[in-house]
Amino acid sequence: MSDKIKFLMEGKECTGKPGQSILQAADDNGVYIPRLCYHPDLKPGGSCRVCTVNVNGRNMAACTTPVADGMVILNETEELRDLRRALVEMLFIEGNHYCPFCEKSGNCELQALAYRLKIMAPRFPYMFPERKLDATHPAIFIDGNRCIQCGRCVRAAEEVDHKPILGFIGRGVAMRIKAGSSKGLAGVEIGPEDACVKVCPVGSIIVRETAYRTPIGKRTYDHQPIGSDIEARAPES
Amino acid sequence: MNEFVSRIRERNMKKLVIDPVTRVEGHGKVTIIMDDQGRVDRTRLHIVEFRGFERFIQGRPYWEAPVVVQRLCGICPVSHHLAAAKAMDLVVGVGPEELSPTAEKMRRLMHYGQMLQSHALHFFHLCSPDLLFGFDSPVLKRNVLAVAQEFPEIAKQGIFMRRFGQEIIRATAGKKIHGTGAIPGGINKHLETADRDAFRKDIEQMIEWAAAAVGLVKQVHGKNPTYFDNFGSFPSNHLSLVGKDGALDFYHGTLRAIDDQGHKIIDQVDYTDYLRHIGEEVRSWSYMKFPFLRKLGKKLGWYRVGPLARLNTCDFIPSPLAQKEFEQFRAYTNGKPNNFTLHYHWARMIEMLHSAEVIKQLLADKDLTAGELLRRGKKRGEGVGVVEAPRGTLIHHYKVNENDQIKMCNLIVSTTHNNEPMNQAVARVAGQYLDRQQITEGLLNHIEVGIRAYDPCLSCATHALGQMPLQVELENSRGEVIQRAERGSGA
Ligand code: FES
Repeated sequence: MSDKIKFLMEGKECTGKPGQSILQAADDNGVYIPRLCYHPDLKPGGSCRVCTVNVNGRNMAACTTPVADGMVILNETEELRDLRRALVEMLFIEGNHYCPFCEKSGNCELQALAYRLKIMAPRFPYMFPERKLDATHPAIFIDGNRCIQCGRCVRAAEEVDHKPILGFIGRGVAMRIKAGSSKGLAGVEIGPEDACVKVCPVGSIIVRETAYRTPIGKRTYDHQPIGSDIEARAPES
Repeated sequence: MNEFVSRIRERNMKKLVIDPVTRVEGHGKVTIIMDDQGRVDRTRLHIVEFRGFERFIQGRPYWEAPVVVQRLCGICPVSHHLAAAKAMDLVVGVGPEELSPTAEKMRRLMHYGQMLQSHALHFFHLCSPDLLFGFDSPVLKRNVLAVAQEFPEIAKQGIFMRRFGQEIIRATAGKKIHGTGAIPGGINKHLETADRDAFRKDIEQMIEWAAAAVGLVKQVHGKNPTYFDNFGSFPSNHLSLVGKDGALDFYHGTLRAIDDQGHKIIDQVDYTDYLRHIGEEVRSWSYMKFPFLRKLGKKLGWYRVGPLARLNTCDFIPSPLAQKEFEQFRAYTNGKPNNFTLHYHWARMIEMLHSAEVIKQLLADKDLTAGELLRRGKKRGEGVGVVEAPRGTLIHHYKVNENDQIKMCNLIVSTTHNNEPMNQAVARVAGQYLDRQQITEGLLNHIEVGIRAYDPCLSCATHALGQMPLQVELENSRGEVIQRAERGSGA
C-alpha cells in the first residue's frame, strides 16, 4: 500500500497520508475547511457539522471521514457555504452571544467564522435562552450564555488532562455544559493551564481577570480571517 | 427633519409638544401646559429613563463593566468606560493614586481626546447653526450643511478637530468608539510611537483652531450680549470634580459644589462618599430622577454640571492659553459664578482649548510609550468611579460579590444632574418667549436652544433599550389628567 493518498480538492490534485481525515489532509494541502468542534490536539467530535464537504456527490463531515484514494471533494460550493452559514447562525440564536462586549471578541472562533462566512444577521429568530454562569471557582469561570456545545472541553478533560471533570447534561437545545460536581466548578480541580480551559473556541470557559488584556488590533483575528494560517501552509510536495 | 408640533385642545387648555427635541442626542419631550389665555402655565421636560444597564449588568463579572456600560452612549462612551474602570480599580484594590503613571496618563489622553471630539461635535455640528444664523433663522438654515455652505472654514475645522479627538481615542482604546483600553487596575496598551508622532504634527493646529473657536463664541456674544446673557438664565448651584489645588481636571479629583454667589457648599469630598452628599428625588411625572445636594435639601439643593459648572467651581485652568481665556470668563461676572445658560458654549470652547493643550503636554511624556501597564492590590467588594464627562459629572457605583459578579450598579449620568436645570431653562425660555405670543417655529426653537445649551445626551440619560413607548399626559391646573396618549419613541 502506498503511503500517499491522492485525491481531488476543488479540482486540484492533493495528497494525504493514511489515517488522516479529509480535514487534516486538506490542512496539509493549504486548504481551509471551516470547523468548530474539531481541535488538532483532540479526537474529532463530529458534532457541529460546520466542516461538511461534498465527497463524490455526498455531504460528509470532513473531520470524521478518512481521506481515501480517488476522492473528489468540493469545499466551496454555494450550497455548502449556505449550509455552514445556517449552522453558525443557529449557534448564534441558540445562545446569548454579545460580541460587542464579550472578552473573547477578536479571539473567538465562532465570531471569526461568522465574519469569514459573511454572516450579517441570522435568518432565524433569537431564542434568548436562560443560561447560567458558574462563578464558583477562584480561577475559572463558565459562562453558559456563550457555550456552543462543541464538546472540545469535555474531550480535552478526558483525553489530555485525564480527568473527566466536565460533561453535558440535557439533550438537544436544552443541552448544557456542567462541571462534574454538585458544587459546580468549585468542586473540581481545574486551572488556567488545563487543556480543557484552553481549547474553548468561544468565551464560555474563561480564566478570571485576563479579560481585554490584549488590545484591539493585536487579537488573533483582528487582521486575518480565521483559516488564513492554514491557507498559508505550503502544500506538501 | 424629525420635528413636529402637535396641539391638543381640550377644556380650553392647549398642550404643545415638541417631540423629539431635534439635535439633542437621544430623545426628550417638552410639554408646555398653557391656560385658556395662551399663557404658559407650566413646562416640563420629560425624559424616559429606563435603567436597563443597571439591571442588565447584574450577575456579570466585574471586569466586563467598563466595556459593557460604555454602550450606554455613542457620543461619550469613553467617560463611561473610564468611570467604570475607576470603580473597578478600587474593586481590584488599586486606588486612584496607585495606578501606574503609564495607565493614568494613557487614560487621561483618552479622556481629553474624547473631550475634544465631543465638544467639537457639539459646538460645530449641533450648535453653530443657532449661533451663526440666529435662533429665529428659518428651519432650512439651522443645520450643519448650511453652516458648511456659508462658513466652510468653520465647518472644516469642526470636522478635523472631531477626527483628531477620535483618532486619539482609537490610539488609546483600540477603537474610535467602544474600545477596550482601560481595564481594572490599569490599561492594556502603550501609545504607539507612530501614532504619537502623527498627533504631535497636528496638535498645534488643533490648539490654534480651538483658540479661534473661543474667539468665535465671544464674537457671537458680542453682537448681542444682553440677549445672550438673559436667554434662559437663572441662578443655581454648581457641582464638579476639582483637581489638586482647585485645578480644572476632567479625569480625577474631589467633589466641590458652590452656590450662585460662589460660596462653597461642599469641598474636597472624596467621591466614593457621594451618597452622603447627593440624593436623588423621584417625581411622579418624570422617569429621570432629580439629584440634589443633601445639605440643602430637595427644594434648594439642585445644581448644574458640565462646562459652565466646571469653570465656576475650579480655581484655575492648568494650561496657559485656556487659563487666559478663563480669566476673561471669570472677569465677565466679576469673579462670581457665571449663571448665564448660553455661556455654557463659551465655557465649552475654553474646555476644548484646554483639552488640546493637555493633549500636547501628554504627547511630550515618555510614560505613554513605555512603562508598567497594570497593577493589582487587595480585592474589595465595592467601587465608585467618577469622571467629568463632556456633559458633566458622571458617577458609577458597583458592588461585587465574592464570586466577582456585579450585584449592584448605580449610575448618575451628567444629564440626570442637569435634569432640574434643564427644566428651569425650559420654564424661563417659555416664559420669556412664548407667553401670549403666536407659536412660531422660531419660538419653538428657542426652547430647544435652552435645552441644547446643556448638550444633553438623552439616550445616555435614559438608558433606553430599543423602542420604549412614551406616554403623553395632559393635565389641568388641578393636576387631573385630562387626556393620555401613548406612542413609540422611535418616531
Ligand atoms: S468540525 Fe467536523 S463536525 Fe465539527
